Amino acid sequence: MPEDASPAVPPDVADASADADWRQVVDASARGPVVAFVVSATAWLVIGSLLALIASFKFQFPDWWTQQAWLTFGRVRPAHLNTMIYGWISMAGVGVSAWLWARLLKTRLRGQWMLLLSAALWNLGVLVGTIGILAGYSRAIEWVEMPYVAFAFIVPAMLLVVASFIQTLWERHARHLYISVWYLGAAILWGPLLVVAILLPIYSGIPEATANWWYAHNILGLWITPPGLAAAYYFIPKVIGRPVHSYHLSYLGFWTLALFYNWAGVHHLVGGPVPQWVATVSIVFSAMMIIPVIVVAVNHHLTVVGHFEKLKYSPTLRFVVFGAMSYTAVSLQGSLQSFRYWQEVTHFTHYTIAHSHLGVYAFATMIAFGAIYYIMPRVTDWEWGSKRLVSLHFWTTGLGIGAYFTALTIGGVIQGFQLLDPDVAFLEIVDDTKPWLIVRSVSGTLMTIGHLVFAYLLARIVTRSGERPEGPTYFHPVPEGTFAHVGGDGTRSARVPSTGEEATSQEDR
Amino acid sequence: MTRIALVFLGAFAAIAMSFTALTLLPRMQLSAIEPTPGTADYTYDEQLGREVYLREGCIYCHSQQVRPEGFGSDLKRGWGPRGSRPGDYVYDETHQLGTMRTGPDLHDIASRQPSRDWHLAHLYQPRSVSPGSVMPAYPYLFEVKKKSNVMASEVTVPLSADYAPPGDSVVVATEDALALYDYLMTLKLEPINDGGAQGASN
Repeated sequence: MPEDASPAVPPDVADASADADWRQVVDASARGPVVAFVVSATAWLVIGSLLALIASFKFQFPDWWTQQAWLTFGRVRPAHLNTMIYGWISMAGVGVSAWLWARLLKTRLRGQWMLLLSAALWNLGVLVGTIGILAGYSRAIEWVEMPYVAFAFIVPAMLLVVASFIQTLWERHARHLYISVWYLGAAILWGPLLVVAILLPIYSGIPEATANWWYAHNILGLWITPPGLAAAYYFIPKVIGRPVHSYHLSYLGFWTLALFYNWAGVHHLVGGPVPQWVATVSIVFSAMMIIPVIVVAVNHHLTVVGHFEKLKYSPTLRFVVFGAMSYTAVSLQGSLQSFRYWQEVTHFTHYTIAHSHLGVYAFATMIAFGAIYYIMPRVTDWEWGSKRLVSLHFWTTGLGIGAYFTALTIGGVIQGFQLLDPDVAFLEIVDDTKPWLIVRSVSGTLMTIGHLVFAYLLARIVTRSGERPEGPTYFHPVPEGTFAHVGGDGTRSARVPSTGEEATSQEDR
Repeated sequence: MTRIALVFLGAFAAIAMSFTALTLLPRMQLSAIEPTPGTADYTYDEQLGREVYLREGCIYCHSQQVRPEGFGSDLKRGWGPRGSRPGDYVYDETHQLGTMRTGPDLHDIASRQPSRDWHLAHLYQPRSVSPGSVMPAYPYLFEVKKKSNVMASEVTVPLSADYAPPGDSVVVATEDALALYDYLMTLKLEPINDGGAQGASN
């Protein structure tokens, strides 16, 4: 292939500039699909945030908007979950993955039309599904509430992504497959299999409950988590400019995740009316998840050690490192809470809601933000309009999720211990959760503000609005040479003609 | 190609194993399970009410699983005479076990609160019978009409003065509200005396 005559470069070589040209070709080939998926995802993020706020404020004002059936809590809340999972994070994940996939395989992204069609189908599916839930057609199975017809769009959309990825893989020029490729490849296999498996019309009663939690936990662990880890494995060494701490450990991390994670989900039914062995198996594997988590933690965090000052400047690094730290936290917390004693306290409480947001938001969503901050300037050949707004986005979402998690965790633990004490009247428990739920509404508002800021920034960069910003976007003036290896020393934009077809960055893997 | 093929193969094998173990095996193991005493298939009205329960998302605040003796305090709270068992759910096409207790567990609600007047008033305006509750009101499951227009077949909801509609209007339950009540009355656990052994959860 003409765009890449370079030999496979080991991923840990932050080698530079000699063969920059193929990267422009790769970035240009990914432009349409990446923009389509990222913009769609962000639209769902905003919609999902508004649904979340409606649901949350209903705890402060239970008689607000009760005349309209479609605005009742029990419909808005699953609509929020489904737009966030299948709209926001899935589509953002595909957008980020598509770019990573082509970059790491050192070849043009193939099957752009398939990806564009996929984005269209995906949007239609989530739209139909969300309207279906609000209109009263929910299937009332947690994480699979959207009516079947929504999946008639989403499953083909997923298969189109698979087809495009396989074709790109087939035409690859990289001989060495970096660990991120492993995660992404496994995820595009797991995602469609999971969805098809849960749609099989073979479940009812208790077996449906075990299938339900096998699925719901795996959508998080095998579909949403791998792109997050792949991105962290790519961007942390990339932006810092040093190889991952231990490349061999990353293999161990991948295989232990692949083998252990998918058994863990049924810990949601510990103490429930399921066969004893099912719950026990889940607890065992949840505990074994400590291995891949520690491995990934060692690799991500020890790569950052000694380079913390770079978090001050780079939006990508700041978001991604925030996400990587959250991954360690959420996973260790997950292993801990599967144990019977802690499950007895925390199950059925707001603690679980805090935990799931630590995973989907503090980990996956923050990494997606960081990745998008890196990718968009390269595929649009434009820069982010305002470092102040990027900073506002970081602090509103970072503090927002921090307050959200802290409040619901404390409130949930109190709620859990009160539930265990039969002398505490139920309405007293309800009353005691109210202050924590106010914090949730406030922090949710903060995050939503961040999402609107992000959506605005994205709209500006995609439409290439305003004056062309000077140089890459950093929070503070960067000491010379800090990010030279990623073309981030200010030369990126300066050297690049604004015709759009030329270089967007000169040093990349 | 060999290494990426290995990744795909390994990933596939991993998920195939857990799928078999965690979804197909429980299905086989529980396929011959007998319904527990008192568990019956739903009538037409009860099924209709169950669909209202699914549609309105009751599951997001109410579980339907009583924890067994020695795990949690459900029995001491009077939420049921025993822990729930797989046989309680054999007629549930869509399971509603739930993961959240913003409201109390409902698996034995029919024993705890059988009053139709209470349930209808509670659905129309939870705070009229349960002060401090954060449950949403469901006015759209009811009709407010003039007393003189109420037909003999219709069910009027008794409400305290604070929550009753003004003037000579009254609140009348729709089919959906009545069906939902019928469904709630199927949620009843009969005690079983087998030492809690067979089929028990933990």
